[in-house]
Amino acid sequence: MNLSPDKQREMLRQMLTIRRFEERASADYHAGKIYGVVHCYIGEEAVAVGVCSALETGDQIISTHRGHGHCIAKGADLNRMMAELYGRQGGYCKGKGGSMHIADFGIGMLGANGIVAGGISIVTGAGLAAQMDGNERVAVSFFGDGASNAGPFHECLNIAAAWKLPMLYICENNMYAAQTAAAATHAMPDVAGRAAGYGIPGIVVDGNDIFAVYQAAARAVVRARAGEGPTLIECKTYRWRAHTERVGQPDFRTPGEIESWKAKDPITRLSAQLIAQGSMTDADAKAMDDEVQASIAASVAFAEASPFPTPEQALDDMYAA
Amino acid sequence: MREITYAQAGVEAVAEEMRADPRIFYMSTDPIMPLVKEFGEKRVKATPIAEAALTGISIGAAGSGYRPIMDWRQVTFSFVAMDQIVNQAAKIHYMFGGQRTFPILYRANVGGGTRLAAQHCQCPYSMFMNLSGLKMFLPSTPYDLKGLLKTAIRDNNPVISFESNRLLASKGPVPEEDYAIPLGVADIKRKGSDVTVVAIAWLVHEALAAAEELAKSGISVEVVDPRTLVPLDAEAIRASVRKTGRLVIADEAGPTAGFSAEVAAVVTEDPATFAGLKAPVRRVCALNVPIPYSPQLEDHVFPDRKRIIAGIRDVLDGARPARSA
Repeated sequence: MNLSPDKQREMLRQMLTIRRFEERASADYHAGKIYGVVHCYIGEEAVAVGVCSALETGDQIISTHRGHGHCIAKGADLNRMMAELYGRQGGYCKGKGGSMHIADFGIGMLGANGIVAGGISIVTGAGLAAQMDGNERVAVSFFGDGASNAGPFHECLNIAAAWKLPMLYICENNMYAAQTAAAATHAMPDVAGRAAGYGIPGIVVDGNDIFAVYQAAARAVVRARAGEGPTLIECKTYRWRAHTERVGQPDFRTPGEIESWKAKDPITRLSAQLIAQGSMTDADAKAMDDEVQASIAASVAFAEASPFPTPEQALDDMYAA
Repeated sequence: MREITYAQAGVEAVAEEMRADPRIFYMSTDPIMPLVKEFGEKRVKATPIAEAALTGISIGAAGSGYRPIMDWRQVTFSFVAMDQIVNQAAKIHYMFGGQRTFPILYRANVGGGTRLAAQHCQCPYSMFMNLSGLKMFLPSTPYDLKGLLKTAIRDNNPVISFESNRLLASKGPVPEEDYAIPLGVADIKRKGSDVTVVAIAWLVHEALAAAEELAKSGISVEVVDPRTLVPLDAEAIRASVRKTGRLVIADEAGPTAGFSAEVAAVVTEDPATFAGLKAPVRRVCALNVPIPYSPQLEDHVFPDRKRIIAGIRDVLDGARPARSA
């Protein structure tokens, strides 16, 4: 692996940005400034950042209901993200999408998606487009362990394998589909094992080790760009918070289990590595956090300054011209 | 003018548009051989039987600059792709604030007459009409099918082309030169003054036969073919009803929350049209059962020219219909 100190620091900054963005989103949700629902990605940041660090600008990704991390890792604008959560005109979707439907097609982020497994086929279409273009772009599907039990996952892996599409299928296995433990719904412990049924590589990585995630993704990207087809990468990880931020959500996980995963925090881990290898100091780490916090505060200020849509704007964008 | 079949008109429309625009490609579990021969297997893809995936793949390819055509073949095969149709294709432009366009044509055959029983003889277009974000049509002639398909392929939104099983082999005049028919424009298939029959697909032809029959007894029937289901040309229908004062709606689907209910609503909620009605609106629809196999059963379930004639006589008498069926 050949990652410059700058790149490694940038990976840390992105993970930290996801963490701070969601801490603020959670707080503002509970304060009544953000509506509906927020699904926090906290604890899983190394997956989005590790994978997206292996991508180029023209590559495309698709996300899930737990999508803030993927947006930020692909380079989305925090201001427009926060404004979308606030339901404002200045949001990515002009206030029509909210937390579960942030997209930025301009940066190759094809959208968060409120339906489990709903995005897998769409981004596979982006992979097909890349193959037809012959431009060596790749497309990446992020999804959870829950989605790996749904039909479109299997249909798409088969098609991508049969047509050798330039795809990365990234399973974020956080061990729970909403409240239901994967152990109760999967016959095999590793989702990656299913790749064998489609004749493609299936790789298990520690999803809290950002360099392991990056390396696996980088190899899969090389394979995809070379026209050799898709790879399934399963990142074992954990979400620290409940399935959603809604008050009264049941959470059957034990405090001991949650604490054991907090001890494997991918951000603390990378920060300690960078300090230990002399790539940054404690003071640098503190300064980075301050900058990130300032960018989050600025995104909130942007959101609050952005007007709400007018009621009549509910009728806009029904059809394309 | 030369005559070609409804099925040939569909192939011609696709082929002409594919020649004009290299971004168009075609996916079907059962590829159309003339298209494969002309455009090759890269642009006319034989797919696995995986409609959920392929319906979604169409969306992603469209968002990436292509103009996919996904042929579900029979509409029944689209039901396994309901998430991709309902939650994704119909909503993706609006939900993301209009960031990208998603030019997709979905094709689906509908209707009975094929003796294929409940799962393959269906007219579920009102399920799709109920969604916001899709456009759709169901033409009755080769001319209309070709012209509407050409418009749909050029449209920057997801459009569903419902195509009538009963009409695939029927012939009609289609000009050699390029033409397109705009979506949302009804066609008066026969002018008349006593009663308006709004009919779609095969029932347009049954309505025309009924009109011919009734003309012998001096009854003048106007046959309006909306052609497009969404957007519906409500004004053309209302204008005809304001002229005749009577309305019969003929649909191969069942009546419940269907196309026929929508037509009845757009006519009766318009004050001027409602004020001009001389009789209650009459619907002539399929019976509310899954389509049975045996010809004696299937033919009883679907409406035909006899039932249209009965419906017309009902509204001419001004009699309240017993039950719409």
